[in-house]
Amino acid sequence: MEKLSITELPEIARQLRRDVIKMLMISKSGHSGGPLGLADIFASLYFHLMNIDPQQPKMDARDYFFLSAGHLCPVWYATLARRGYFPISELTTLRKINGRLQGHPAPAHTHGVPGIEIASGALGQGLSIGVGCAIGLKLDKKPNWVYVLCGDGELNEGQIWEAMMTAGHHKVDNVITIVDRNFCQIDNRTENVMQLEPLADKWKAFNWHVLECNGNDIEQFIKTVRQAQELKGKPKVILAHTFMGKGVSFMEDDYKWHGVPPNDEQGKTALSEISPTKYGDFIEFEWEKEAVAA
Amino acid sequence: MLKLQSSENKATRQGFGEMLVELGKENPNIVVLGVDVTPSVKTDLFMKAFPDRFFSVGISEQDMIGTAAGLYLAGKIPFVSAYGEFAAGRPFDQIRQTLAYSVIPVKICASHAGITVGPDGATHQSLEDMSIMRSLPHMVVATPCDYLQTRKMIRASLDLHQPLYVRYFRDNTPVFTNPDAPFQFGKADKLIDGSDVTIIACGLQVWEAILAEETLASEGISARVINMHTLKPIDRACIIEAAEQTGAIVTAEDHQIHGGLGSAVAEVLSQSCPTPQEFVAVNDTFGESGKGDELMKKYGIAKDAIVAATRKVIQRKKR
Repeated sequence: MEKLSITELPEIARQLRRDVIKMLMISKSGHSGGPLGLADIFASLYFHLMNIDPQQPKMDARDYFFLSAGHLCPVWYATLARRGYFPISELTTLRKINGRLQGHPAPAHTHGVPGIEIASGALGQGLSIGVGCAIGLKLDKKPNWVYVLCGDGELNEGQIWEAMMTAGHHKVDNVITIVDRNFCQIDNRTENVMQLEPLADKWKAFNWHVLECNGNDIEQFIKTVRQAQELKGKPKVILAHTFMGKGVSFMEDDYKWHGVPPNDEQGKTALSEISPTKYGDFIEFEWEKEAVAA
Repeated sequence: MLKLQSSENKATRQGFGEMLVELGKENPNIVVLGVDVTPSVKTDLFMKAFPDRFFSVGISEQDMIGTAAGLYLAGKIPFVSAYGEFAAGRPFDQIRQTLAYSVIPVKICASHAGITVGPDGATHQSLEDMSIMRSLPHMVVATPCDYLQTRKMIRASLDLHQPLYVRYFRDNTPVFTNPDAPFQFGKADKLIDGSDVTIIACGLQVWEAILAEETLASEGISARVINMHTLKPIDRACIIEAAEQTGAIVTAEDHQIHGGLGSAVAEVLSQSCPTPQEFVAVNDTFGESGKGDELMKKYGIAKDAIVAATRKVIQRKKR
């Protein structure tokens, strides 16, 4: 699939949500809440903002994307497949043996799929990688953007703050960090597990430009990224406010959906709340075929 | 008489720092990261020569590993350097997750390794680094025995497509390897031939083994001395040949007895050619402050310990 216009993005985002639900119903293992909350951001990045070519995942001019919070990968896999990095039929293999869709992402030359630069899964490591990559690109005066997506709970990790210092110190202004600010992590609301607020002030104090937006509003998110691209002299962070489980009523804003998949009944209900799209699902379950026949 | 002569005393870390500058002149993609120990680990030489390709990340070894991985993905050839304990121990998870699993060929250059870092005491004496680095898939683990070999090893690292952990030392130590001898990762150096026993050493224990050989020769024992500079991938053929031809093995290293050179050699012997082996290594204890040579004696990894272990293994062989 090619690049899409902003008005076309909500539909692909909806499809990504359906894909995530079905992937997790098949794998019976994996994270539901975060990936659903991020469908709008992934649609915006991969179908509109980023300079990429799925046929040449390693092309020199590519914008780089690093998913620091590796557990969010179901929505990344759905995005990469829909964008053409690998066949959508492969989405049935999430977390399965001999498959490429590892529980936490890995690059193609290990066990993973094209479009993934480096493994992630141990939290807190992706920002350092993105900052290093951005420093390297700046050294060659290349125009590529580097996007790093972090979870908000992930900001508990000390290495994140090391990388924040490094980026601020070296004025790495070709990196745009997106924080999935959904206020949810495994144990509880983020502020109950480990207080992050005042989060914007913390990033500012580390010499970053800080922007905030509704990460479930595609138009607003894209506008914010464009604004970030115009800011010079400092690294940029977007605190993207999202809802965990966005699109599925019984999951929305509930931290208990961080790390569990829906069971069959929950999955059916979730799918009934996310209407089908023109793109079609990657698999039709037996019960769906029976329903159509009836 | 000593079979090999030392021309001078010079630090392995100096060889690293100088070669980095040479490589920097030849290859504009080489970049170096610093963690606030720049003069100690001799990356200050590179920093002064190429200030635009040297990046301080502050005292943050974990960030250093990730930043280096990112630089590689942007087309650079990153070298990182810290003391052994802080190059391997502190960022172990980063090395595992970000470098080894994704096979990112960052060169981790660990200076001040082993007990001979001396006065700084046990917190700074990395005695487990080779063990933990050797446990990771895709890692190359190596340790040069003198200044000249350090230079060759750093140059050869450019050809590696895997991450490298190379450990070397603070002190000025004998320079005795042949300047013209070729270097190849995974291909051990047979320094002295012998037929009764083989001493397989790495790092500073190679010189101690050369000293031990002189004493053993005076007792009529013909000892082979091998410099096993690469622990992973290890030179299996060299070990098996030594076991078959001499029938007894002593390993010697500035490292814990568990998981380092001795273990690596034992893994080969037990599978391919069971042979009596004695281990000269730090025996499951932490070190303390003191001078390098004092600590080597006290913790049983200097020449005398190698001589004693060799006599012992020959007794076992005769049984």
